[in-house]
Amino acid sequence: MNGDRDKILARIREGLSVPAPLHHEMPARAGQSAQEPAFRAWLPAVGASQEEQMALFAKQSDLLRTEFVTCADVRAAAAHVAGLAAAHGWKKLAFHPGALTGALVPHLPTDLEQMRVEEGYDKLALEACDAGLTECEFLVAQTGSVCVTARSSGGRTLSVLPPHHLVIASRDQLVADLSSAYQGLNAKYGAALPSFISFISGPSRTGDIERILVLGAHGPKKLTVLVVG
Amino acid sequence: MRVTLFIPCFIDSLYPHVGVAMVKVLERLGHEVLYPEGQTCCGQPPFNSGYWDEARVVASRQLEFFKDAEVVVSASGSCGAMFKVFYPQLFEGRPEEAAAKSLSSRCFEFSDFLVNRLNVRDVGARFDGKVTFHDGCHGLRELGTKQEPRELLRAVKGLELVEMGENESCCGFGGMFAVKYPEISTAMAEVKCNSILDTGVEYVVSNDSSCLMQIQGWLDRNSPRTVKSLHLAEVLANQ
Amino acid sequence: MSTTQNQFHRDAERTTADVPRRAFLRKALRGYEVKRDETKATFTDWQKARNVAANIKYDGVNHLDRYLLEFEEKFTARGGKVFWASNSAQAREYILQLARDRGVRSIIKSKAMTSEEIHLNDALESEGYHVVESDLGEFIQQLKHEPPYHFVFPCMHLKRDEISALFEKELGSAPTDSPEELTMIARAFMRRQYIDADMGISGGNFLVAETGMVSITENEGNARLTTGLPRIHVALVGIEKVLPKLSDLALFLPMLATAGTGQHMTCYNSMFGGARQPGETDGPEEFHVVLLDNHRTRLLADAEQRDALGCIRCGACLNVCPIFKNIGGHAYGTTYQGPIGSVITPHFRGLQDWKHLSGASSLCGACTDACPVKIDIHHHLLHNRRNAVDQKPVWWEKIVWFGYVQTMTRPWFLRLANKLAPLAQKLHPLVLGGLFDPVRNWTKTRDFPEVAEESFHDWWAKRKEQSK
Repeated sequence: MNGDRDKILARIREGLSVPAPLHHEMPARAGQSAQEPAFRAWLPAVGASQEEQMALFAKQSDLLRTEFVTCADVRAAAAHVAGLAAAHGWKKLAFHPGALTGALVPHLPTDLEQMRVEEGYDKLALEACDAGLTECEFLVAQTGSVCVTARSSGGRTLSVLPPHHLVIASRDQLVADLSSAYQGLNAKYGAALPSFISFISGPSRTGDIERILVLGAHGPKKLTVLVVG
Repeated sequence: MRVTLFIPCFIDSLYPHVGVAMVKVLERLGHEVLYPEGQTCCGQPPFNSGYWDEARVVASRQLEFFKDAEVVVSASGSCGAMFKVFYPQLFEGRPEEAAAKSLSSRCFEFSDFLVNRLNVRDVGARFDGKVTFHDGCHGLRELGTKQEPRELLRAVKGLELVEMGENESCCGFGGMFAVKYPEISTAMAEVKCNSILDTGVEYVVSNDSSCLMQIQGWLDRNSPRTVKSLHLAEVLANQ
Repeated sequence: MSTTQNQFHRDAERTTADVPRRAFLRKALRGYEVKRDETKATFTDWQKARNVAANIKYDGVNHLDRYLLEFEEKFTARGGKVFWASNSAQAREYILQLARDRGVRSIIKSKAMTSEEIHLNDALESEGYHVVESDLGEFIQQLKHEPPYHFVFPCMHLKRDEISALFEKELGSAPTDSPEELTMIARAFMRRQYIDADMGISGGNFLVAETGMVSITENEGNARLTTGLPRIHVALVGIEKVLPKLSDLALFLPMLATAGTGQHMTCYNSMFGGARQPGETDGPEEFHVVLLDNHRTRLLADAEQRDALGCIRCGACLNVCPIFKNIGGHAYGTTYQGPIGSVITPHFRGLQDWKHLSGASSLCGACTDACPVKIDIHHHLLHNRRNAVDQKPVWWEKIVWFGYVQTMTRPWFLRLANKLAPLAQKLHPLVLGGLFDPVRNWTKTRDFPEVAEESFHDWWAKRKEQSK
């Protein structure tokens, strides 16, 4: 059962039999065959070198109220997390198995309980965690975004349910802009893209009450991005 | 240059001095001014109300009156937009289409004409007073006229130009809208006029007398102090 | 006059008289404009970006059949289920039947204007389902039993004390004047709802044809939780939302954020391609997309206004609209408020019943300027006015315009009227503002200028005579 599929398609085709006038100039792309438009020419500038782009990511993080930390190595990143845990009195941290996360968690203090998020995990237990540690696909300089997917970041909820989201990434995961991130995803996964892709830009927020910014509406109240290397 | 004036119907009867001022400025600049006497209304009221057949009857007459004009200069940005932007749409696919497109290409709003066609900023005017400028929406958005009137005003000796807050917001006139939805129109006028009053000016100037009718109408009824509205041409005619 | 039109007049009269609320609204929207302009300024070329965005939408809408089929093929290949709904009833019934079949009890929703459009909550609740709106603004409106005031900022008309009183009454929370504390009350309430819900219902900002994905833009994280935790995810999305390529989002996500809220990028922009895939940790077992027509094809058939289907519901046109700022969102009486709502509602719900919204505009064009996909919004208001008259002229207006044509095609008659006008105006004070004042809709609130003793025409004629 797929409803009124054929009727709707017939109505669409009948409607489209009359061509629409153009209200805008410059048909840069007509139909599928024409080449990809270079969005970068119109979007905010990102800078050419990796240093510039890293600086932009840092600046955007600041605007977004993301805590952005560069660390010499994973051990230093673990030390930063330990500091956060002590400062905020964390009892339990959730993480997913991965190369960077797997390298980090052994260096965390033993009194910080750990929860491995794997298939069949307990949602209520995850909700009770103080922080969620994930890896990511990319860091996006243009927007200060962290690109996570169901594959790279422990599924859909680890990065949104605990009140503090920690991201660990290596320096070479930084890309210039959103277009580069999409290209990167295509290159990595081909047609088998993860069922969930998200660009996270700062901690959860709302302005629904009198347009006053409040962090931590439903998702994390804090976001920390740790870049190693 | 031989400049043909379009004096919209309401300016003809309510604000004739605006037309007189335009004649003065253009003649001072050494141009010959023409005025086809059979002209009446551009047809915008029925056009905006959805009665395009009626609008066409009136509009086609204007096409006739202005068909030989080298340039047509409108005293109102709104009526100028009717000629320039909406006539080609109104007559699309009809016998008058070519004439409408031709008029469209020869038609100018007053400040646009002075600055972009005649390349004049200083018309030799003097006006002592503090002034703010109101952009009529049709002039601003249909014709893209924003800097032209300001450049002209800045060249006027003795005149101090002050920008009001939210200067691109509509005064709420909108033709028949003003009487069909008086409560909304008046609320918009109130917002606009408060922006004007906040500047502390003595005069509000515009290139559209229809907006000024709304603004002055609200101010005269509600304002605690006198602010006088003037058409740009009146300021530029002053010496 | 239709009942909807009468209602509109009454509501507009009432809301424009509420001066403090108008000032509150204007202040909020001024804040938005400042922020939006700052972000716009960071674009290398915002105007070109608008052109390109308009063009991609033009491509999408004008090849809608092809892209929808591509979407369906890709989405289905990943285990998703597509249902095509011609109207509200079909969409509601599909979701209800799904809930019945799967033994659903509790439903969590993230913001979806399509759901408001088809009155989904009423239908679900009347069958006994527990339904909670998770977006903070929508949640507040749900507790208030009021529709959203603005399709992006649902409760922007409410002050914090009103929200505090509402939470106190409905949730039993302690009163507070802190927006942060109010937000935390909603957060705490909602946490358990996500975990307990069997079904999550979302909307969708974009449908990506190339990859069969639904893209959802949000700030709060509620949509991520709604789509991540329950075992069933249903996305209710208008058919017009297609983008040809996944990478098109690289343009649309920043533009939507900039135009909608003045952000560079909204906090969460998530793309969903199917339910949980093999090898993934979590996610719903089922993912259904309901493609909603509900008269969108009627708008599509109007080639002149087809570009209105390119709307990305950013709300920019509302935020800059002087009508919206003064009458507020509820006066429209529509699901989609503001200029774009005035354009599309007559197509969705009938021209004669909703034409007044197209009339209630000064045609200032601020909406069209603000639109990131360059919809010719204010000219479409003119088109709706014309279409309404072509379809069914109003008899008394017909008479008025007949008189107008007679006058304007007979200059001598106009001159005579001008001659008589000063006299008529001298008599005007006798009826000023009263029932017999022919221009009372003007004179009730504004003075009318004096008609000149000598028209420009007469001045010119006299001057010509003198120079002979």
